[in-house]
Amino acid sequence: MTFRLIQQGFLTAFLALSLPALANEPAIATPTVPSIAQPLFADVAIETRLTDLSRELRCVVCQNEALSDSPAELATDMRQEIRDLMTAGKTDQEVLEFLTSRYGDFVLFRPPFKPVTYLLWVGPFVFLGFGVVVWFMALRSRRTFQSAPVNSAQLAAAARLLEEKP
Amino acid sequence: MIPEIGTFALILALLLAVTQAVLPLVGAQRGNLTWMAVARPAAFGQFTFTLIAYLCLVYAFLTNDFTVINVASNSYSNLPAFYRVTATWGSHEGSLLFWSLILAVWTIAVATFSRTLPEEMVARVLGVMGLISVGFLSLLLITSSPFLRQFPGPAEGSDLNPLLQDWGMIIHPPMLYMGYVGFAVAFSFAVAALLSGRLDAAWARWSRPWATVAWAFLTLGVVLGSWWAYRELGWGGWWFWDPVENASFMPWLAGTALIHSLAVAEKRGAFKAWTVLLALMTFSLSLLGTFLVRSGVLSSVHAFAVDPQRGAYILGFMLLVVGGSLALFAWRAPRMAAGGAFTWFSRESMLLANNVVMVASVAAVLLGTLYPLFIDALGMGKLSVGPPYFNAVFVPLISPALFLMGVGPLMRWKGDSVPDVLQRLKWALGIAVATGLLLPLTMEGYKPWAVLGLGLSSWIALTVLIAFRERVKTASQLSNLPRAFWGMHMAHLGLAIGVAGITMVANYEQELDVRMNVGDQAQMAGYTLTFMGVQQYAGANFAATRGTVIVKEDGAEQFTLNPEKRVYNRSGSVMTEAAVRPSLSSDLYVSLGEPLNEELTTWAVRLYYKPFINWLWIGALFMVVGGFLAASDRRYRIGAKARAPAGPATQGA
Amino acid sequence: MKRWLPLVFFMVLVGFFAKGLFLNPREVPSPFIGKAAPTFSLPVVGDAQKAFSPADMKGQVWMLNVWAPWCVSCKVEHKLLMALAESRTAPPIVGLNWKDKTREAQELLARTGNPYVAVPDDLSGRVGIDWGVTGTPETYVIDREGIVRLKHVGPIDMDIWQNKFVPKLKELGA
Repeated sequence: MTFRLIQQGFLTAFLALSLPALANEPAIATPTVPSIAQPLFADVAIETRLTDLSRELRCVVCQNEALSDSPAELATDMRQEIRDLMTAGKTDQEVLEFLTSRYGDFVLFRPPFKPVTYLLWVGPFVFLGFGVVVWFMALRSRRTFQSAPVNSAQLAAAARLLEEKP
Repeated sequence: MIPEIGTFALILALLLAVTQAVLPLVGAQRGNLTWMAVARPAAFGQFTFTLIAYLCLVYAFLTNDFTVINVASNSYSNLPAFYRVTATWGSHEGSLLFWSLILAVWTIAVATFSRTLPEEMVARVLGVMGLISVGFLSLLLITSSPFLRQFPGPAEGSDLNPLLQDWGMIIHPPMLYMGYVGFAVAFSFAVAALLSGRLDAAWARWSRPWATVAWAFLTLGVVLGSWWAYRELGWGGWWFWDPVENASFMPWLAGTALIHSLAVAEKRGAFKAWTVLLALMTFSLSLLGTFLVRSGVLSSVHAFAVDPQRGAYILGFMLLVVGGSLALFAWRAPRMAAGGAFTWFSRESMLLANNVVMVASVAAVLLGTLYPLFIDALGMGKLSVGPPYFNAVFVPLISPALFLMGVGPLMRWKGDSVPDVLQRLKWALGIAVATGLLLPLTMEGYKPWAVLGLGLSSWIALTVLIAFRERVKTASQLSNLPRAFWGMHMAHLGLAIGVAGITMVANYEQELDVRMNVGDQAQMAGYTLTFMGVQQYAGANFAATRGTVIVKEDGAEQFTLNPEKRVYNRSGSVMTEAAVRPSLSSDLYVSLGEPLNEELTTWAVRLYYKPFINWLWIGALFMVVGGFLAASDRRYRIGAKARAPAGPATQGA
Repeated sequence: MKRWLPLVFFMVLVGFFAKGLFLNPREVPSPFIGKAAPTFSLPVVGDAQKAFSPADMKGQVWMLNVWAPWCVSCKVEHKLLMALAESRTAPPIVGLNWKDKTREAQELLARTGNPYVAVPDDLSGRVGIDWGVTGTPETYVIDREGIVRLKHVGPIDMDIWQNKFVPKLKELGA
């Protein structure tokens, strides 16, 4: 944080000092150096990891938002905690364990694959598989389904009906 | 005085609903024409009094009558007038009254546009709708009256939730309600058919336009909610798989299966049992949504104030309506005769496959939404099921349906030949696969999901083109093509556009968090954004800080974006109003975070680049228009059958 | 027989919903129940030289009440806590000052009374995260060996004290 301020101060000082110098330049337009906006947090790689990971986490206060988006103060604290853990070299898995050991599986938006969630993860594909079976069975019964045979009397009646004026 | 008139009107509406339900249903069972004829006038009466009740609530809001508890909790004297009107549906009680009103609207629509239907059927349909109205009106009167009063009234109201003070809120709930309340009509037709024992192609023909219009409204309602969240919530998301979002998505999925199933039931007399079950299921899912939002059983951002007592009442109502209809289905199922035969390679079988996939998707979303409840109820702990789960599961599940969308409309009914279809589609298939594989190469990062999404959407679009090309060969000109044809292909094309948009946004969006001092510049996706500082101003019922960001793209005109932070006077809530620059190819989205210094010259700013996000809304609009077009096809209005020209693609849906 | 499946399936769902009406989906259960209380060492409000640590309480049953000066529900709960502290029959209560200024906490306790045997000061909220705190007030019961036995989210009133805490405390021999 302090380093950033120093950098900013340096840049501002540089601009402030160089402006008069630029003003005295000849008529050829020299573009002033635009001040570049710095990323909000120093380490962009960690920020990306943080955003991706906190999208997978549930905010325990604003429970229907992801940790990445929640404006709650506790969410800001938890994001900072994760940032610190990542900066200290922890892997994503270790960060998740840190949080679940304190808040339980409730905090994970992607339910872990364990016996209590087997049905959840396997279910949809079982439904689809079951549906395919139903499809096959329905088709098989259709194929053997024969329409009632039509006799000549019915055909004659049909012809008469078609002849009639509507 | 006026609120009491409102309560009185509701009581009258309830009595009329009882009349509308009992006499026609009993009359239809006994063949009593006089009793059956009560249905229409009773329906109009019920509508009139429900409308009067609703207008009384509107009046209370517009006149700032804070002795009405509902007005005091949801309004504020400085709240702009049109938000005071929309606040009528911003609370649990008000939205239930609104639900009842929309149901009454659909009821008189059915009463009006059913002159060609047999009296017995009309009596039953209106009767069943009457039963549903009885349920909602009694729920209103007994547990959730919006007309409760407090004396003395407070000097000022508590203000409408600022999140709802946006014009997306004005239009999202009405459209949504028109949609899932609208499926009550298809439901009532299904129950009427089960009661009468007459389940034939004619029943499918009558139900179909009602189901299609309800579907179009529901599509509009769901998408408006998504669009509103995107613009209003400030973090660029548009779908969160929140339980209440799912509660509106499930009827949409089931409703989509229903309208496709009705096509087969109408044309070929097949799938009758499926279709009836889907009609029952779609509305049941709507009722489930009502239950989930209001009972506190699941936690959701959308949930109204939670009250287990109301939840119990709604559950009881659901038990009667859904349980009753499913019991009726089980009882009458043997009576449903099978329809026409078809082979495994036919339009029917493709539509059956579509049904299977859609139902599996509904089941999957239902499983994910309710799983935390299942586990908690079984005492096995608490877990969360969120977007990562749904995205992982839903996309593979829905993909087969998207593929079938290209094949089905081009196949013959009853049976088609594999080599014939392959011949017609081989180029489309090749181009689609190539597009899927190659297009992502031109983008930042090669993402496998992008391959799937772009491949499927180009596949659908190409098959729509093929369908038009083949049809135009036989018809003399485009304007002669029936609306049902236009509607179907427009809706399918709309979905293709939407899928393309979703694929691009989900895989290639960019986000940047920067600290910006006055004069600082940031770069994103070819844009240069310069922060020019903030200004403060006072709005109608809020104090705002408005930022100015100048954006320049290489070789284009510069433009200005004004993200805001608002503090609402009454509630103190802080809202972030993002500034969006929309275009066909992307949205540039700027959101003000927190100020980083006391002088308010340095701010945390969040920048988003959302490629092709507007294709979502455009695609959805195509779907909605397509739905309305298809429902307005001549054959529903005149009752004459159109002659189907030769050729598979020309066979109508 | 397949025709009865939709109805059966629906009835099973209704059963779950009925049960669900009695549950609270927002409540986050604590994974610490039955596990050792997380350790910490924090300065105490009122005397920055002194430190408090859960180890200090080993050998007795005690309660950790997480509160904050700005928290409205905590003020409501405060009266009950004072009564418990004065009764001398309840276990000692340690009040963790969560994420607020030390001075505010001190002033509030001076004004309304201090039911706590110690008031560790968690300015950063780190200790709160270590204990899985989601808001205030929250109360934990820890046994003689330092194992967490109960967590209650929200203010305690007489009903909750009698029905939830007292049986648990009896069980632990408090």
